[in-house]
Amino acid sequence: MYNQARYLDAGDKAVVVELGNQISTEINRKIRNFTLAIEKEGLEGVGEVVPTYRSLLITYDPLTIERDLLIEKLKILEENLEEIELPQPKLVKIPTLYKGEGLEYVSQVNGLTAEEVVELHSKPKYLIYMLGFTPGFVYLGGLAEKLATPRLQEPLTKIPAGSVGIADNQTGIYPIESPGGWQLIGKTPVKLFDPDRKQPILEGIESGNYIKFEPITAEEYEAIAVVVEDGDYQVEVKQIDN
Amino acid sequence: MGELKIIKAGPMTTIQDLGRFGYMKYGMPTAGAVDQYAFKIANILVGNPEDEAAIEATFLGPTIQFKVEAVIAITGGGMNPELDGKEIPMWQAVKVSKGSKLSLNGVKAGLRGYIAIRGGIKLPEVMGSKSTYLRGELGGFKGRKLKQGDELSLAKNKEVREFCLKRSIPADLLEDYLEDRKIRVIVGPQGDYFTSKSLETFLTSRYQLTTQSDRMGCRLAGPTLEHTKGADIISDGIASGAIQVPGDGQPIIMLADRQTTGGYAKIANVISIDLPKVAQAKPGDKLKFEQIEVVEAQQELKKKEERIARLKEWLATEVKKRTRYFKIKVDGKLFEVEVEEQ
Repeated sequence: MYNQARYLDAGDKAVVVELGNQISTEINRKIRNFTLAIEKEGLEGVGEVVPTYRSLLITYDPLTIERDLLIEKLKILEENLEEIELPQPKLVKIPTLYKGEGLEYVSQVNGLTAEEVVELHSKPKYLIYMLGFTPGFVYLGGLAEKLATPRLQEPLTKIPAGSVGIADNQTGIYPIESPGGWQLIGKTPVKLFDPDRKQPILEGIESGNYIKFEPITAEEYEAIAVVVEDGDYQVEVKQIDN
Repeated sequence: MGELKIIKAGPMTTIQDLGRFGYMKYGMPTAGAVDQYAFKIANILVGNPEDEAAIEATFLGPTIQFKVEAVIAITGGGMNPELDGKEIPMWQAVKVSKGSKLSLNGVKAGLRGYIAIRGGIKLPEVMGSKSTYLRGELGGFKGRKLKQGDELSLAKNKEVREFCLKRSIPADLLEDYLEDRKIRVIVGPQGDYFTSKSLETFLTSRYQLTTQSDRMGCRLAGPTLEHTKGADIISDGIASGAIQVPGDGQPIIMLADRQTTGGYAKIANVISIDLPKVAQAKPGDKLKFEQIEVVEAQQELKKKEERIARLKEWLATEVKKRTRYFKIKVDGKLFEVEVEEQ
């Protein structure tokens, strides 16, 4: 982590605040706090705040707030991050049916049984480092080293929404149907992204929060899917210690 | 059933507004008109709010049958618009009679044309916007590009008002940017990922737009740019107009449908008021980048916004001069009536 953030221009309507140059939970925690602090401050003229692994992209209207003034205000926030009261991160439970060719492949490659893969995959709390790639796609940290598996040799043209997969040392969930090369080890009936829902991104799915996969049976999957279709499904979200 | 029927759609015709905001942090691209200048002017000309949904056409414009009388304005790339076979002007409000057929042809200057219709297009907002985001199959008309047989409804069936038809842009406000290929950029945020020689190459060479260009971005071809420590960065946010350079050393300008984050070093960022020039560049066109400082770019932006404000003001006074407002009571109900003088 840098002692002081770097403030970089990204054109005439955005700045990048870079807090470090590595992927670490410590830097990401500060990114989360900085993001929340900016949102709490409600800086006039600021548009999007996009938190990523180790930096924030902040878009602004230069006709409302001058660049230098914006950076000055951001620096003040940066200096006072410790003192700003922020909510604790949340843990979102994602019910997951572990099943599929990928599950067998991941087991074989790593010399594990399918049960062990499920156990290892569903145990950790995964930090949501950031969202990107497609709406609702989470970049997670915390996959057990034993589960790291190379991508598919030939990417699939259609991976259904809700698929849970592993690619190298990453794990994640496909929020919308898209092509991809991940080893698919399961699926969730929960929709991480639904543009027609009042809250399009699933509750709690924000960078700085955590995800935990909860193994479910095929029957439970079907039952939840029905509730999800009716728009009544409430995902389990709880606050955890920072 | 709608008032506008698409007879021919053209290869890439979508409904857009100024974009979808507030969701970038969730990985949602903003989408919206690629040439925001032409888009705004089209709406202003027909008396719509600047961010009202309108049609964006690329390469080849659509043919649309109007089942009602309407006022439209066509801006952006020169697509030789015709109404029932007779040429009509661009950058001006035009009256369309009931039953008329509007056809836009192959683009002559620029690349993207815009058609705004007075009253706007009736469509549900998805996440606060009517913009089509093609990859996410959402927004706009059923989340896809328009095709033959589609019917669009007008949001408000506003009366055709004669004053609209005199609406055109005063010569001093009209900008000639469609064939301007001088693109001003601000170096960074990862300018230091490139050798100084590469930075110089980037700013002195010409880069040609390839056919691998769409609403997401323009891939360019030209002298290879060398990275000092590799092309990969830890993924971060991508601003509109960012110029990424992957490992092959060929730049990509990121446009409206760009991903919110990416892992390639960004050598520079096109300034906001020059993005319409990029939006109007065709595959084969050669771009020349020129460095400018942020402060200067923002002053230019301010000037441009002031010109647009002047245009709006000018049009508004034209309206005021010709319109009188009355309040009348009918059956005990109060109505506000606008009467326009001819």
